[in-house]
Amino acid sequence: MSETIKVGMADLNICKAPDCLTTIGLGSCVGIALYDSVTKITGLAHIMLPSSKEIKNNSNIAKFADTGIVETIRLMEEAGAKRTRITAKIAGGACMFAFAMKQNDALNVGDKNVRAVKEKLSEMKIPILAEDTGLNYGRTVIIDSNTGLFTIKSVGKPEKQI
Amino acid sequence: MSKIDLGNLNTLQYDVLKELGNIGAGNATTALSKLINAKIDMRVPKVNLLGFSELASAMGKEEDIMVGILLLLEGDIDGMMMFLLEVDSARALVNSLMGKPNDNVGNNDINFDEMEYSALREIGNIITGSYLSALSDLTRLTIVSSVPSLQIDMAEAILSIPAIEFSKIGDKVLLIQTQFDDDSKISGYFVLVPELDSYDKILSSLGL
Repeated sequence: MSETIKVGMADLNICKAPDCLTTIGLGSCVGIALYDSVTKITGLAHIMLPSSKEIKNNSNIAKFADTGIVETIRLMEEAGAKRTRITAKIAGGACMFAFAMKQNDALNVGDKNVRAVKEKLSEMKIPILAEDTGLNYGRTVIIDSNTGLFTIKSVGKPEKQI
Repeated sequence: MSKIDLGNLNTLQYDVLKELGNIGAGNATTALSKLINAKIDMRVPKVNLLGFSELASAMGKEEDIMVGILLLLEGDIDGMMMFLLEVDSARALVNSLMGKPNDNVGNNDINFDEMEYSALREIGNIITGSYLSALSDLTRLTIVSSVPSLQIDMAEAILSIPAIEFSKIGDKVLLIQTQFDDDSKISGYFVLVPELDSYDKILSSLGL
């Protein structure tokens, strides 16, 4: 029986086949699914902010794009995944409440999160195979360790697999 | 540095914040009740310090579809005010305001037309306005609110917006939450999320 493990906000986890990882309701946060197709070791991080360097209270490494990605990959490698085989799929980074966000750019972190995630992944030479980011709606995502398929569910929209 | 420590609020501070929720939401509930000409009950407000993962579950399930109306606050109190309704409640509210029958309630339909959207925003505006003006009267602090912004989405995605603001200073969100409901169809939440510095101002304006 495969299990679906939940990853919360500012949280990360890894799993092996046949389990799945899911995170619910990504708004401006970004979900980064990492996958090694040979060992089928899978990671998922749900980050809230772009950079741990801009924040004083940064002990929760799962909260930030930079430290969250590094930690997820570290855990995957520890479990036997190989860095050179790891690929990424990302989702989230929406601009929620677009009207309010226009008035206060500091609140609009969706874009910044996506950009920070892409920078970190390219720095670590992890290719991004697919993404579903931006726009203005929340997303629930599931990464299946058997196939590496990344399923995205949104309110009032058809389910999407990337 | 902020005077109050979110992790270690004393009973008095909790009580005062709860009372704020009481007065604000009391006013807002009265406004809502007048607006739709029906009796609406308000629950005892809760002041909760929640971890990010507990946030949505404080108001139902993470994937429940909610209508969220967000106002940004400026002036003496910075932060956000949110008015959250389950989508069926929002439908019932719009129906009662526009004199339509409630036969479309109960199917989680998220398609509101332009007129209904506008009605929801206006409802949000009126009742958050009465919440905030009660708060402002009590504390004698100036609160300027933005035009309401509306989003229909999963509870977790909507609540991630205040969560992200708090994530810049810590790993918990302090919110003043009040639930209201009428006999049957309408229920929702008022959520006040001041920034940390504003909590100081609120408490000291009340002599704490």
